[in-house]
Amino acid sequence: MAIDLTIKVAGEGGEGVISSGDFIMQAATRSGMEVMTFKSFPAEIKGGYALSQVRISDEKILSQGDGFDILVAFNGEAYEVNKPLLKPGTVMVWDGPHGGDFEAEEHEGVQMFAVPMSDIAKNTLKNYIAKNMVAMGAVIELFGLPEDSLKSSIHDKFIKKGQAIVDFNYQAIELGRQWIRDNYPDRDVKYTFPASTAQKDVIILEGNQAISVGAVIGGAKFYGAYPITPATSVGNHLVDIMHQTGGVVYQTEDEISALATVIGASFTGKKAITATAGPGISLMQELIGLAVMSEVPIVVADVQRGGPSTGMPTKHDQSDLFACALGGHGDAPRVVLAAANVQDCVDLTVDALNLAEKYQTPVMLLSDASLSIQTEAIPRPNVADYEIVDRDFAKPQPDPSIFNRYQITDSGVSPMGAPGIPGTNYAATGLEHAEDSGPRTNPETRNAMTEKRWRKFDGIEDAYKPIEREGEDGDDLGIICWGMTQSVTREAVARLRAQGHKVSALYPKMLWPMPQKQIEAFAKSVKKVVVPEANYQGQFADLIKMRTNVVPIKFNAYRGEPLIPREIEAMALELLKEEAPKARMAIH
Amino acid sequence: MALPAVINVHVEEPLKAKDYRSDITPTWCPGCGDFGVVSSLAKAYADQKYDPSAVTTVSGIGCSSRLPLWMNSFGIHSCHGRAVPVAIGAHLARPEMPVVVTIGDGDCFAIGGGHIMHPARRNMNMTVIVMDNGTFALTKNQTSPLSRTGLPGTLASDLGNLDEPMNPIEMMITYGATYVAQTYSANAKHMGKVINEALAHQGFSYVNILSPCPTYNKVDTFAYFRPRIHDINEAGEHTDLSNRAAAMMKASELYQHHHSEDAPVPVGVYYQAQKPVYYEKVKQVQEFYGMKETIDWDNIFDRYKP
Repeated sequence: MAIDLTIKVAGEGGEGVISSGDFIMQAATRSGMEVMTFKSFPAEIKGGYALSQVRISDEKILSQGDGFDILVAFNGEAYEVNKPLLKPGTVMVWDGPHGGDFEAEEHEGVQMFAVPMSDIAKNTLKNYIAKNMVAMGAVIELFGLPEDSLKSSIHDKFIKKGQAIVDFNYQAIELGRQWIRDNYPDRDVKYTFPASTAQKDVIILEGNQAISVGAVIGGAKFYGAYPITPATSVGNHLVDIMHQTGGVVYQTEDEISALATVIGASFTGKKAITATAGPGISLMQELIGLAVMSEVPIVVADVQRGGPSTGMPTKHDQSDLFACALGGHGDAPRVVLAAANVQDCVDLTVDALNLAEKYQTPVMLLSDASLSIQTEAIPRPNVADYEIVDRDFAKPQPDPSIFNRYQITDSGVSPMGAPGIPGTNYAATGLEHAEDSGPRTNPETRNAMTEKRWRKFDGIEDAYKPIEREGEDGDDLGIICWGMTQSVTREAVARLRAQGHKVSALYPKMLWPMPQKQIEAFAKSVKKVVVPEANYQGQFADLIKMRTNVVPIKFNAYRGEPLIPREIEAMALELLKEEAPKARMAIH
Repeated sequence: MALPAVINVHVEEPLKAKDYRSDITPTWCPGCGDFGVVSSLAKAYADQKYDPSAVTTVSGIGCSSRLPLWMNSFGIHSCHGRAVPVAIGAHLARPEMPVVVTIGDGDCFAIGGGHIMHPARRNMNMTVIVMDNGTFALTKNQTSPLSRTGLPGTLASDLGNLDEPMNPIEMMITYGATYVAQTYSANAKHMGKVINEALAHQGFSYVNILSPCPTYNKVDTFAYFRPRIHDINEAGEHTDLSNRAAAMMKASELYQHHHSEDAPVPVGVYYQAQKPVYYEKVKQVQEFYGMKETIDWDNIFDRYKP
């Protein structure tokens, strides 16, 4: 990459940290650059440490990267937290030399710019809320972010509140710029933003917005959900676009009823989806079983957070895989997909709806707290490019008493009745049932129906898109990873291969049913296999051990933050020099 | 085969009650009050001229919740306690389709007690029929929130049920249901009238049906109810049906017969009112966001332009 610049804004939640990052991101996109953001904030509404990190490049960005080049520290806590990361070559803009709540020390090789953002906001502008705008003014003056782009973003955000508010923000920006011009006239700044180029035909989405967009592209007409961090915003974004497309968004009284409404809606023939997080997945398990048993297509997006119990609601974790693949009682097959980035959140939501319809099954779509608020610019979707699958509705029947809703078929999938299709009525039930849907408990029926429910998925690995692989046969190390860890692994593998290391990677999107053939073929083609993932147990590694002949090395992070490329790189280098493979490695 | 955009909710030529019954023989005990309910419901579907391929009967788990399996209609025999939200989803996805919930008192007020108020307060256009036998019968006799004080139950001590029974009529009026009635499963005429009114009602209708369990509830039996059943509307005691305060007052007498030998067991309509139904408001939301016949994708994606 010719340009690869990461700016991190950190401070107290509620003082404009997140919106600063959003403005920088939007302004950079309007200047024709590629962007990706990473944000983190506490579960509390106000207060606590918050950060927003924007990575900017002229090429496609794979992950959030390893750290920052520029730190904008809004307060002493942000400074303390990031002090160890102030490496030579970085730049810090901080709330000083007076009026802030801390004194910055000297750091060798770190370029420091003191901007009294609190003081200017409080005493010159008489409004503390303008602090982040003063900081942004300093940032654009220092690093040359095009002012027009920033101002147009600010204008669009605030014009609803009136021109006076827009002008006030412009004034704050100007004061920040002025401070730099007056106090650092001879500055020689290490980093500069690239010059503006033509804006690309992109849309900017957060992970959760992308799930919403995928839901409407995929044809979902019903969304029933209960608020839960970090999944709530999937519904927030759907209120407008799903109603606009003739659907309904419905807020339920709990997660159990959320999935119940989704099952009821899908039963009638409409595509239906919900989104939740770990605690909701726990509550939904019984109804997931009902959807399996009665073969009703449903999609559950699980935006994972740190568990168990309430855990860490705003933090990254990849620890719901067992619950999604194996949760609940009985022999209950289902499909699990996992998104690695914002584009995946669109595409895999469409895939999830398609697979649910095709196999008349629950499909679980995994995202996570970091991806839920990660923003990326992606090409504007061309809806005609998406294949949309509708379930196999039954033909009108002469007599409902002989309509076999659960007809035994080679594929395991049977035509489904729906209200309005004459003679296709039947009573769906969570009881074991015969082909005609009547309850039955004899061994012949039980065997035939259990096998039918599992047979549906016999060919799914071949039917679904092949897994992307990087590297060549014979490589020294193979990395298998899922979800957001794929994004950081891609970046790490690119670096490792550029250094001449023989490292391969496999990026499955469908984790369950286990893509056994491709996992085994990949493992056979490399000398050893490692599965890095953000959970303690090594959940995907365990599923691989359970359903393939591969015994992967585990590499686990469970601190509540995503792995970064440098850590994957270090993991690979460690494994490349080891003769005997380790069983398990962890990183804190 | 695609999902038809518009469905015929009604048949042109009326069908008979038996046309709404499946060929599956009910597994209920001989003498179960629920036989009367399934007969009345089938008759009411015929009276309403519902197309069996357009009406959905939703239940939970329990003896009475088997009912949809004995019907010729779309049916969802769902999970214990979850019939109401399943029905909500079906209703909101296909609002033109009639949705009827048929559940027991334990399903509705014990495990499912957190759900029932929401379609009531939102006045969703659906009917909830509770077959009230005052016991968990499928698990062989445990008390329910509607069981009378002292009733035996296998999870109660030998002192019997410690609780006062919950008053479902008061509760449903409080929650905002716009049609609330009680009836008795051995009085086909009254039950048929009430179920028909509930199905025809625009809004959320609730029908509590006293439906004795001959196997486990040895107190609230047909023999107990027969001499005591008393129609509050016919007797002229309660006729101002849209008067909510009067309805609550009358409802407060529901369990007088638990305390007084002479007190009647009331049946009748307690409350009936016309209020805007939920889905009409949903349509306003769709209109507000500019719902069109053909989806305007550019309009959707433009909002995410940087």
